Amino acid sequence: MYFINSFLFCGIVCLIAELILDNTKLTPGHITSIFVCIGAFLDVFGIYDFFIAKCGGGALLPITSFGHSLIHGALQAAEVNGFIGLLIGMFDLTATGITAAIIFTFVFTLIFKAKD
Amino acid sequence: MNKKYEEIVFLHKPKENKLKYAIVAFLVGGLVGLLGEVLIRIYVSCFDLSRNDASLYMIITFIFMASLFTALGFFDKLVVKAKAGLLIPITGFAHSMTSAALDYKNEGPIFGIGSNVFKLAGSVIFYGVVSAWIFGMIRYLWEVLV
Repeated sequence: MYFINSFLFCGIVCLIAELILDNTKLTPGHITSIFVCIGAFLDVFGIYDFFIAKCGGGALLPITSFGHSLIHGALQAAEVNGFIGLLIGMFDLTATGITAAIIFTFVFTLIFKAKD
Repeated sequence: MNKKYEEIVFLHKPKENKLKYAIVAFLVGGLVGLLGEVLIRIYVSCFDLSRNDASLYMIITFIFMASLFTALGFFDKLVVKAKAGLLIPITGFAHSMTSAALDYKNEGPIFGIGSNVFKLAGSVIFYGVVSAWIFGMIRYLWEVLV
């Protein structure tokens, strides 16, 4: 069941994005930014946590989970440190993804050249 | 005259098959999500990791593959075909960083790679942090006050 939910959730998010992409003048940059905001919004009252509990990996992969991780880390730190925790914990959970992306980009940029 | 010209242009414009694009995006995005769940299961059972750690390794695996395939040059062709199916998952994030870095490589390490690497991914982080801070404030004040 997890596998079907993963397929459906990730597929439907991509389908919505594709429909916006084809029917409006928004670029992929606009859409990813909007989806991150939506992901952050869905975590305010724990809706995205419900998706992750139900869909597993399929809910962690779309860019909406990036916004969810940002606010989730911030709120976790806010429970410990109070108000300033919103700033301390902002990158707690997304740091892995960003750091990995930077390091892999650095290594591969040193090795490879742009193909045209 | 002008109207006739527009009619001819309209007839000969290549028609974008939106339905096909939507189905392809759905299938590719779904397969990416399915593969993510499969990878989590594999990591949990083979390397004896907790589910949280396994999902981190899964995300790193996807970033690694997207960066590598972009650097090798054939991820762009896949993105042209699958569009949102590959741009919305975390692969799109890694793809935008690696392709920007490769594009500006010949302008030097500082003003080429370093300052352009977040050209596209930067907006995601920027607006993500802004919206997460605003919504986090709302949630925090909600819990404190109510």
